[in-house]
Amino acid sequence: MALATAGALDGLIAALFVIFGLGVIVARQMLGALYLFMLHATALTAAAVVLALALDSPHLGWVAVITFTTKVIAVPLVLRWAAGSEIYERREVDQVLTIPVSILIAAAIALVAWVAANPLVHAVADRPFAAVHLPTGLMAMLFGAFTVAVRREGVAQLMGLLIMESGAFFASIAIVHDLSIIAEVAAAVDVPIAALVIGLLIRSIHRVTGMTRVGLLASLRERR
Amino acid sequence: MSALTTHLLINLLQVAFLLAFAPLLEGVLKRLEEIIQGKRGPSIFQPYRDIWKLFGKDEVVSEETTWVFGFAPLINFVMPLFVVLLIPALTAYPLFFAFMGDMVAVGFLMAIAGFFVALAAMDTGNVYGPLGASRTRMVGFLAEPVFMMVFFSVSYVANSTIPYIVNATWAASWANMLQPAHILVVVAFFMLILADEGRIPVDSHAGKVEVAMIGHSKNLEYSGTSAALMKWAGAMKLMILAIVFLNVLITPWGLAATTHWSDVFLAIPKVLGKMLVFVVVLALIETSLAKLRLFRISEFLAAAFVICLFAMSVRLVGIG
Repeated sequence: MALATAGALDGLIAALFVIFGLGVIVARQMLGALYLFMLHATALTAAAVVLALALDSPHLGWVAVITFTTKVIAVPLVLRWAAGSEIYERREVDQVLTIPVSILIAAAIALVAWVAANPLVHAVADRPFAAVHLPTGLMAMLFGAFTVAVRREGVAQLMGLLIMESGAFFASIAIVHDLSIIAEVAAAVDVPIAALVIGLLIRSIHRVTGMTRVGLLASLRERR
Repeated sequence: MSALTTHLLINLLQVAFLLAFAPLLEGVLKRLEEIIQGKRGPSIFQPYRDIWKLFGKDEVVSEETTWVFGFAPLINFVMPLFVVLLIPALTAYPLFFAFMGDMVAVGFLMAIAGFFVALAAMDTGNVYGPLGASRTRMVGFLAEPVFMMVFFSVSYVANSTIPYIVNATWAASWANMLQPAHILVVVAFFMLILADEGRIPVDSHAGKVEVAMIGHSKNLEYSGTSAALMKWAGAMKLMILAIVFLNVLITPWGLAATTHWSDVFLAIPKVLGKMLVFVVVLALIETSLAKLRLFRISEFLAAAFVICLFAMSVRLVGIG
């Protein structure tokens, strides 16, 4: 694929990656947030495919396969097993901040990411896709951290964590094209294990308290 | 025939195109929604029949009303006709009135119509009219900054807010169309169309309960010719927004490139084809999403605003 065509396609995918990340912050409904998370991961997959074709790098192809298998297929399955009733029956997610405030903060985060990534972009000016990928990846990492901070909900917090991870991947695939296969496999195993551990935690919290709203568990209550 | 006369005649053809096909667009949308819901639905020509029927009926006007009530349908009907003179409905090259106003003028002309319709709704003494008018103003007030941001983003990318120049900028290459700023503006503008047109998830077009209505309760008091004009104007407004969205922002192709009449007439089925795709997407959204609660609309429009802000900042930092 020609670099110019790939650059144009990559820009389109980066825009969708940002919109879906914002969607996870904005979505009130658990199922909606999960679908947006899956779309977010699909955008990362598409970006990896475009870069793999443009740079002729099989390693990035593996990144695409791994991302799709873990985040679009495995994670939703784990969440369905761990907290199916919470995802498919509950409508709204509890949060510390209201959605309009979250949206404004997301806007500020975007500006911070673009400004903060600027010196880094200059540092890797020889990499063709870094100018789009670095700020976008940084933004997704901050979006994810923000989601973890403001959601009082185990499942949504897990999504935030995985969005941070997607952001890191989105930035890194533009800088390092020949990521060792060991690192890729490690990352591939890492994501489902993180999802599984948090899933188990959510499941046990759900068994004891009958819900996954971790925000309500802030105060200790002694077991009799 | 001189170039000036040709341009003027094509301008008039654009007005005729809007007048003739706007009810069809609404009819197709309604039929598609019914089909998706598993029903048969009315004929796609039903809006024409409704308008024709209403023109033949007597008009009943409340004694409480002033001149505003009678004036609002006229201005609401005329404004889309002015707007279509400013935008590339059928031709890719600027016509006689192209430089009379830009996209801000388009928003301004539509806002004048909205202003008089809201005043007329409060004029009647019907309890639901002022309710709908104030709700519409609330949505309008929230949508205004998004409109402004869309115009700024577009002008930033295309270096102009004249719709014909924006159209030419996007149509120049595929790379322009795939720019991140462009995609973000397109998404924000589509959300804006849903809000401004009173479509789901902001308002239900098919809703019959007056208390839950946002925009539609403004037309409740109209009958006869005025009701026909309001109905026709509503369809034209949807078509105007579709033309701006399709011909200026998302698919700036398929328009006539020369002043040959065959070329201009050939653009009509092409534009209608694009609109069919737009209507299918709109029908899918209308039937698959739920209506938001009134105070959640601010969140929907805030998201559109932030997406626009992203588009602006992407350009500012020079990414795309």
